[in-house]
This record gives sequence, structure tokens and C-alpha cells, in this order.
Amino acid sequence: MHEFLAQLANGVELGAIYALIALGYTLVYGILELINFAHGDVYTFGSFVALGILVGLRAAGVLHGAGLILGIAAALIAAILASALLNAGIERLAYRRLRKAPRLAPLITAIGVSFMLENLIELWQGSAPVPFPNVIPNPQLHFGALEVGVQQIVVVALAIATMIALHFFVQRSKLGKAMRAVAQDRDAASLVGINVDRTIAITFLIAGALAGVAGFVGGVSFGSAWFLNGFGAGLRAFTAAVLGGIGNIAGAMLGGFLIGMLESFSTWLIGGQWSNVAVFSVLILVLVFRPSGLLGETLPEKV
Amino acid sequence: MIYTYAFVAIAACVAIERFHNRRAKTTIVLLLAAFLAIAPRFYGNDAVFSVLADAAVYVMLALGLNIVVGFAGLLDLGYAAFFAIGAYTYGMLASPQFGLHLPFWALLFLAAALAALFGALLGAPTLRLHGDYLAIVTLGFGEIVPQIFQNLTKYTGGPNGIAALDVPTFFGHSFGASVMPYYYIALFGIAAALWISRNLRESRLGRAWMAIREDELAAKHAGIDVLRSKLAAFAIGASFSGIGGVLFAAKLALVSPDLFGFQVSVLIVSMLVLGGMGNIVGVVVGSLLLTIVNSALLPQINSLVDAAFHTTVDLSNLHFLIYGAILVGIMLFRPEGLLPNRERRAELHHAGEAAGDA
Repeated sequence: MHEFLAQLANGVELGAIYALIALGYTLVYGILELINFAHGDVYTFGSFVALGILVGLRAAGVLHGAGLILGIAAALIAAILASALLNAGIERLAYRRLRKAPRLAPLITAIGVSFMLENLIELWQGSAPVPFPNVIPNPQLHFGALEVGVQQIVVVALAIATMIALHFFVQRSKLGKAMRAVAQDRDAASLVGINVDRTIAITFLIAGALAGVAGFVGGVSFGSAWFLNGFGAGLRAFTAAVLGGIGNIAGAMLGGFLIGMLESFSTWLIGGQWSNVAVFSVLILVLVFRPSGLLGETLPEKV
Repeated sequence: MIYTYAFVAIAACVAIERFHNRRAKTTIVLLLAAFLAIAPRFYGNDAVFSVLADAAVYVMLALGLNIVVGFAGLLDLGYAAFFAIGAYTYGMLASPQFGLHLPFWALLFLAAALAALFGALLGAPTLRLHGDYLAIVTLGFGEIVPQIFQNLTKYTGGPNGIAALDVPTFFGHSFGASVMPYYYIALFGIAAALWISRNLRESRLGRAWMAIREDELAAKHAGIDVLRSKLAAFAIGASFSGIGGVLFAAKLALVSPDLFGFQVSVLIVSMLVLGGMGNIVGVVVGSLLLTIVNSALLPQINSLVDAAFHTTVDLSNLHFLIYGAILVGIMLFRPEGLLPNRERRAELHHAGEAAGDA
């Protein structure tokens, strides 16, 4: 029971990170029908930016008391901005020209961008994992048989707060409305005066920002950043987005938590070396038997 | 030296593309074959032919993937899985692992059959998916297969793989340490792959693939059995990779799971994209160019830079950057590749209104 609850908490923590990344896949897919293969690497980039800021601030000796809170906020905001700008830059340089190309062209381009980013991050930060500064104090709290760390609570709380903010942005704000309109019908949206290019750019900014939050909480949670992190995390998050129903925001969150649980429990029950196999098997099974995902709707084939 | 061979081969390919006279084409092909077969007697050394034999294996893989991606338009991002299946077939059945020492030549065919079988097994449930979904499913498959080989330590040697694979023999003569037999087998393999590719392209099946690639819905309504045609593409493409895997494993005398990761699948996709998806000659040129850059040009530039600046830079770190830049650059500026296929070029240049998603 004790171990079960610990794995449950672990799964929720992993799930929160995957859900944040999955939202980025789903937002972009919803609006462009493009699997932004480089999204995982945008997450890695955010992680390293946060890491850099924290290492710098720690060296400057300001990370205590109020300085600690401000420092953490600075690292988080820097990661958000860096990832958002990177993602929007990728859209501008690599994907925008290909909007009318056959669908495989932007996908192949996205894989290319992903490989380039991984290599550049490796050149910048080396090929070994870099330890992430352990800035958030992590005393263990006990709730009956459940034992959770403060870090876990911070990670999950930050992720959930971000998702709530996203929900309100997409459902209530004017920009969110424009995003939904462009996702539904790009031509019609442009006819009613929505600036489609700008809306798509903003979608990439937001998706990148979510990846930045994920990069920060992922660094805190895993205790390190590595140039290839984004590949594995990205595939898991993509699986989560597909499981929930790609293009569907609530689905991405649900899928993220489910995949987090799956990873945590498969690691516990059958061993970590099989968790990849478990996750990708789910991906294949979902795509084969229910490609619209748990919460998605079935769309008729476009002619 | 290696550049001489590569240059001759690439020049011959370009010439074949430029000439429209059938007899001229045949002459060039025969001349090139004769050159590649005879020149090694006079010119070159083991290191050169080792690289060329590897290049030839990649050409075979690229030709196989070309059937799937180029002809049928199905993006397969897990093609290295079939390469792994071929290599492990040899690794497990011709090594001390189980004390089995089946003959190399028989295993070439067995590996082709096994790879085709797995291709069909993967394809049967997944080929109904479209474009990018199929790409992701194959990617997942490509991740699972090496992972399974890595986890089943009892049978596959786990992360260390299987070493000391049998040295093949030819009518009782051992290949020994020479790389020449692999070079000649791979050349023969390319010739066979080229012949099969060309005949397939002109066959009923090849036309069905082209129709599916251009507009799946229309193809279906024109009476083409879409699923079966796609399955055939998957199985045939995979079988090339299975044969390549046996050659690769026998030459290296080693298999291990990290040789067959996602990078390998993307490398082969990059070869197709660079050369021109769907065009057989283009694919050969693309895979030759990339292999030469990887295994000859980069190391040489590396040692030149090191000598000039007294540094120890490691340019082999740049592989991903190069593949990535090729994928992005070609897709943005010349989506039909260096040596385009005529129909494919037309598709890529007015795709806006095209209905086919894949």
C-alpha cells in the first residue's frame, strides 16, 4: 500500500510534466495538423535556460530568503520566454513556408529541426546529463500512508496552475477565440478578419511557453537536464496527446496523467527497461483501435 | 581514393538521369558495373573498400525504404527496426550464442523473409492510418524493437549484444579478414535491388503505389486494393533491410541494440530526401553522398582542422546537425531532392490543392 501510494504520487508528478508538453503538441496539431516533432527539444532548451539562470544566481550567492523565491521566478520566466521565442522562431523559419505543401513535408522538416536542436544543445551543454540545481527545499510530508515531497507538490501545483490559466486563455480571451476559429477553419477565420499568420504564431508562442514551464518543473523533478531528454519526453507527451485525442486540450491533460501513471507503474511492476515498450505499445494500440483518442471526435476523411 | 570511386559512381548516376536514350543508359550502367567490379584489383585498399561496402549496404537500405516512402508515399520512421531484425537473425543463428552456425547464404534469405513478415505484421493493423499518424506508429515500432533486443538478455546478449559472429564462407572458402567479399556481395545486392525496384515501379503494383501516393481515395475508388498494395510495399521494403542487416552484422561480426536506433532510420530518410524520394537513381546518389560525408569527408576535415589549429575537435558530433540541416534545407528549397522523380516533383510543386494527404 505504501509503495502503491508512492508510485501514484510519482505518476501524478510525471503526468503533470507530460501533460504540459502534450498541450504544446495538441495546440499546434489542432491549428496546423502538424506534429511539431521539435517540441520535445524546445522543452529541453527551456530546461537548460532555467538551469543556467539558477547556476548563475547560485554562484552570485543570492539564492536564499526572498532571493530564493525571486530567483526561482526568474528562472521560470526565463525558461518560458526562451522556449516560447524558440518555438515561434521555428514556426516562422521552418514551417510557415510549408503550410501549403503536402503534409509529409512539414513533418520531415520538423524532424530535421529536432535533430539540429539536439545537436546544437549537445554542442552547447555537452553530451552528459547536467545536474539541475536543487533549489527547492524538499522535506517529506506525511498524509497517512502517503508520503510526498514538497518538490512534488510544487511541480504538480505549478503544472495545474498553468493548465488552468491556459484553459481560461483559450476559452475566454479574444486571442483564444481566434485560435479556436483558425483551428476550425482557416479560410473562414481569415474571411471574418482574423489574422491567421499572427494567430498561428501566437499558438506556437503559447505552446513553447508551456514547454518552458515543463522544462523548469522537469529539471526540478528529474534533478538533471540532458540534450536528449526531449526526445523521450516528447514521444511520451505525444503519446499522451494522442491518447487523450489530439487537438483536444482536456484530452492532452488527461492523457498526460495517464501516461505518467503508466510509466510509473510499469517501472515498478515490470522494470524500467520495459516502460518504453509499454508506452509505445499504448501509442500503437490507441492509434490502431481508437485514433481519435479518449476524448476526441472522429472526423470524416477530408476530400 | 574513395572519392574516385564515389565520384565515378555519382557521375555515372547523373549521366543516366540526363540521357534519355535507352541504349546510352544501358551502356553507362554496364561500364559502371565493370569499373566497380574490376578497378579494386588495381586501385584501393581495405580501408577504402570497407567504407564502400558500408556505403553499399546503405544504398540497399535506401532503395528498400524508397519503395515504402518514395513509391507508395508511406513515411516509415522505424525502418531501422527491420535492419535490426536482419542483423539479429544472423547474430543469433550464426554465432556461439546458441551454438547454431547456420550458413550465411541461407540466412540472407531467412532474414529477408523474417523482415518481410514483421513488415506485414506491423503493416496489417497500422496501414489504414494516414500520413503522419503512420509515421509515428512506425517510429514507436522502431523504438520498441531494439529495446526488446536489449531487454531479452538471455537470448540476445542484452545491451552488449552478441560478438564473435561466424565468418561467412563461400563454397568452403572462408571470407577471412578481407572486406572484399562483402564489397562484392553488396554490389551484387545493389544490382539486384536496382533491378527489382525498376521492375516493380513499372509493374501493376508500382502503378498502384503511385496512384495511392497521389490520391488514396481516388485510387481506392478506381478499384485498387489499397491495403494490400501498401502491405506489399512494407514487406518488400523491409526485406531489403533484412538482407542489409545480415551483411552489416557479418561484416562487423557484432550486433548490439544501440546500432539500430532512431538516428539510423532518420539517416536513411535523409538519404532519400537528399537524393529525391521515388527516384531510384537519385536515392543511390543521396545515400552515396551521405555515407561518404559521414565516413570519409568528416573524419578528414576533422584531422585537417586538428592539424592546422592543434586542436582535438570532434566533428563526428555534427552528424545530427548535418542530417537535420539536409532535411530542413531540402524540404524548404528543393523538396523534390537533388535528382528528382518527375511525377513526384509535379506533386510537390502543386500540392496546395492536392487531396492526397500522404
